[in-house]
Amino acid sequence: MTATTPHAAGFGDGTAPSTPAGKAADYLDQRLGIAGAAKKNLRKIFPDHWSFMLGEIALYSFIVLLLSGVFLTLFFTPSMNEVTYNGSYTPLDGIKMSEAYASTVNISFDVRGGLLMRQIHHWAALVFVMAITVHMLRIFFTGAFRKPRELNWLIGFGLFVMALLEGFAGYSLPDDLLSGTGLRIAEGVVLSIPIIGTYVSFFLFGGEFPGHDLVPRLFTIHILLVPGLILALITVHLILVFYQKHTQWAGPGRTNENVVGLPLLPVYIAKAGGFFFLVFGIISLLAGLVSINPIWTYGPYVPNEMTAGSQPDWYIGFLEGSLRMMPNVEFNFIGHTLSLNVLIPALIVPGILFTGLAVYPFIEAWVTGDRREHHILDRPRNVPTRTGIGVAGCTFYGVLWVVGGNDLIATHFHLSLESITWAGRVVVFVGPAFAFWITRRICYGLQRADREKVLHGREAGVIVRSPEGEFSEVHAPISDGDRYRLTAHDVHRPLSIAQAADANGIPAPRLRRAKLRARFTRWYFGTRVEKPSTEEYRESITSGHH
Amino acid sequence: MTADENGHPNLTELGYDERSPVAVDEHGHGHEVELPEDPFADPGLEPHRPRATDIDEKVAQKAERQVAALFALSALATIGFMVAYTEVPRTAVVNFFPIGAVSASNFALGMLLGIALFSLGAGAVYWARTLMTDVELTQERHLLESGSEAKAQAVAEFEKGVADSGIKRRPLIRRTLLGALAVLPLPALWVLRDLGPLPGDSLRHTAWKAGELIINDNTVSIDGSTGQGVKPEDITIGTLVQGRPKAALTAGDQYNDLMAKSAILLVRLDPADIKSQQQRDWGYQGIVAFSKICTHVGCPVALYEQQTHHMLCPCHQSTFDLSDGGKVIFGPAARSLPQLPITVDADGYLVAKSDFDQPVGPSFWERG
Ligand code: HEM
Ligand code: FES
Repeated sequence: MTATTPHAAGFGDGTAPSTPAGKAADYLDQRLGIAGAAKKNLRKIFPDHWSFMLGEIALYSFIVLLLSGVFLTLFFTPSMNEVTYNGSYTPLDGIKMSEAYASTVNISFDVRGGLLMRQIHHWAALVFVMAITVHMLRIFFTGAFRKPRELNWLIGFGLFVMALLEGFAGYSLPDDLLSGTGLRIAEGVVLSIPIIGTYVSFFLFGGEFPGHDLVPRLFTIHILLVPGLILALITVHLILVFYQKHTQWAGPGRTNENVVGLPLLPVYIAKAGGFFFLVFGIISLLAGLVSINPIWTYGPYVPNEMTAGSQPDWYIGFLEGSLRMMPNVEFNFIGHTLSLNVLIPALIVPGILFTGLAVYPFIEAWVTGDRREHHILDRPRNVPTRTGIGVAGCTFYGVLWVVGGNDLIATHFHLSLESITWAGRVVVFVGPAFAFWITRRICYGLQRADREKVLHGREAGVIVRSPEGEFSEVHAPISDGDRYRLTAHDVHRPLSIAQAADANGIPAPRLRRAKLRARFTRWYFGTRVEKPSTEEYRESITSGHH
Repeated sequence: MTADENGHPNLTELGYDERSPVAVDEHGHGHEVELPEDPFADPGLEPHRPRATDIDEKVAQKAERQVAALFALSALATIGFMVAYTEVPRTAVVNFFPIGAVSASNFALGMLLGIALFSLGAGAVYWARTLMTDVELTQERHLLESGSEAKAQAVAEFEKGVADSGIKRRPLIRRTLLGALAVLPLPALWVLRDLGPLPGDSLRHTAWKAGELIINDNTVSIDGSTGQGVKPEDITIGTLVQGRPKAALTAGDQYNDLMAKSAILLVRLDPADIKSQQQRDWGYQGIVAFSKICTHVGCPVALYEQQTHHMLCPCHQSTFDLSDGGKVIFGPAARSLPQLPITVDADGYLVAKSDFDQPVGPSFWERG
């Protein structure tokens, strides 16, 4: 290497870039050495499917939350000190309230664009939690959580829990009648924790409920702690998506060892960037049109007032239903009280539900003994047991959620509260079991329909009459690509006990585990719809069966 | 029998004879077709189908103009937003179906911001879909797992490092280090001690005490500093009076803390309807006072049904029978509403005879 001039940069090989982009890239590369990474990643391929946008919606609404939230912090006062209202919303004139509530009313009436920002923030919160939830269901039902993505499933689960916490903390900040009542319920729930509950409550509230510390504390949690954690987790989540590469649907040319799609630059930059503005735009339109959380009509929080028929944000509804449905069991013994009527519905039931959600990938991997890397998604019908479990879980959640509105249902449909509550208590157990059973059957039915399609083609919508006078529907053969798509999945078989034990000589305790595991896989994969064999396929083609 | 990786059975093993199969078309006429060896094999990426914009420059130019129009609309709406910010009066209201009356400023700002953002996004997405490439490309995906050699090397490196540290050879260092690390996080809990006072017996007391005047909530001034007492004759059968202790009028910043335990409600029942003697004794001429704080998780109970004497909590619909010692007759609450013993003072106003005989509100572990 010979230097041309004492000040020549880099390799001095005379290939100095001349375009502005080239110069900028050169500048950066000489400092960061990023050409290698950029070369590999700028045109990285991403597979496309509408369901892959759900996570994006969550990400974009989180960005909207950051932007609108920062605006709100400029005007919101996180204080429970008492002030007398004298702003421009006259119905509240002269009323005593906390500074938090007063400043939220001010944001709504005396800060231009303030109401819009509040409504954008609140709508974005609802969209955010909804998008995370549906995104998570998408991951579940398509098996995208399987190896190697179990860790990212856990990160996503953490994000989901944090989103719920963040939403509840934010909802509580304005210190209005509804949110204050929500906090009162939260206090009751904390008090129900055995042994430490009372202490936890006093430490949380800085003394007795409601005290003066909670809103400032929630504020720090809401604008610093949890968003910081969410941001960090989102970063890791996306790095993993990028590094492990996105899953794709089975299809011609798509294998477990490739990624088929369009390049990041320019297509995904434009699509994803554009999609951010679409999400932001729709949230803004909603915020301009549809009022949400009009706290000035609720009034400031006071512990002795409450309006009937009020509802929390949607994602808290299942806890409401759970609390409402629970029979009133409480035990008193040697000077202590165990409020199972609160502890079970508010902490134990969600605890079980959420733990099950978090560990499901590991349970499934254990049951199926599947240790391969999976980059091709499952169609939900092809894994009927998983799909059944998922639908059962959704049904359980859904019943709790619906019972959370039992008073509204009672008044709208003229039913008695008692009968709705009792129906809920029954359906919450029977419903998921039924949902599991029917979902599995539907999945098997759909698999059989796929099999038919492969063997006999799809129904072309044309009826013909044979010379013998018989009517039949014409079946058009499906394309090679479709045939591949419909047969690319695995048909799993239950593990034998020996496979379940992973070993030749099986000591007794492991044998018991292996038997259990084999029983589980039988439950998982016992009923199967086999894929057509080549022989069957040829048979159907040659015989011209319709 | 073996199967290929998709689970399709292996043909030759089945002794399948490669005769030329005959397919039958819709009309029942048989004709010869070529059948691939494995009909389920991956046929490979489908050929790209060009879009109208790929083949017709006119269509492409039209798409270009549409994208540009969306971007221009976005810029106009952005400027409109800034104009609306200053020009639309804060207090103006617009009214339209089906949404009803909304703030004009909020409406204008929301619509304009929405349009600015949405058309920018729509333009970008439309551009990507019509004018940018849609030829699908394939990139290799390497399985994530490293080879066993690399793994073995990584473990060896790690073990070399561990050996260099001598941590295995020197258990004293190892144990003291682990011990120190184990206790180190404790101060993080320690320093949280001052988050709040200890509960003590504070949940067992309210602001009520012997002779404490009951103030009628309806007579309290807007700033909460004055209010009148209740005379028995103010309460007719069937009416519900909500009350607070006189101390609430001067509680200042402590008002909510006080009310969270001390809010009460008063009803007059026909003494004959009251089921127990104790309840009758703790009332005054059939007027009984109960805690307003639900024993479930603490909402204020509110909806009174005078025929049945049922009191409903709006939060989770626990229902209490006020003629039967506030007993729970429906819902998730497990305990009766506590009754406040009352009487009248020298001036004929209702006052408390004492504090509640038990903690009010939600249960807690030490309640007993
Ligand atoms: C991770 C997602 C977030 C969620 C789900 C969320 C949710 C909420 C909700 C539901 C409210 C009540 C709004 C109302 O109707 O009044 C709220 C209030 C608030 N949020 Fe957030 N938020 C998030 C992130 C943030 C961030 C990052 C900030 C600031 C940096 C922020 C600042 C605020 C402020 C200051 C308020 C109180 C002002 C008001 O209510 O008008 N939020 N939040
Ligand atoms: S708080 Fe009254 S029923 Fe739950």
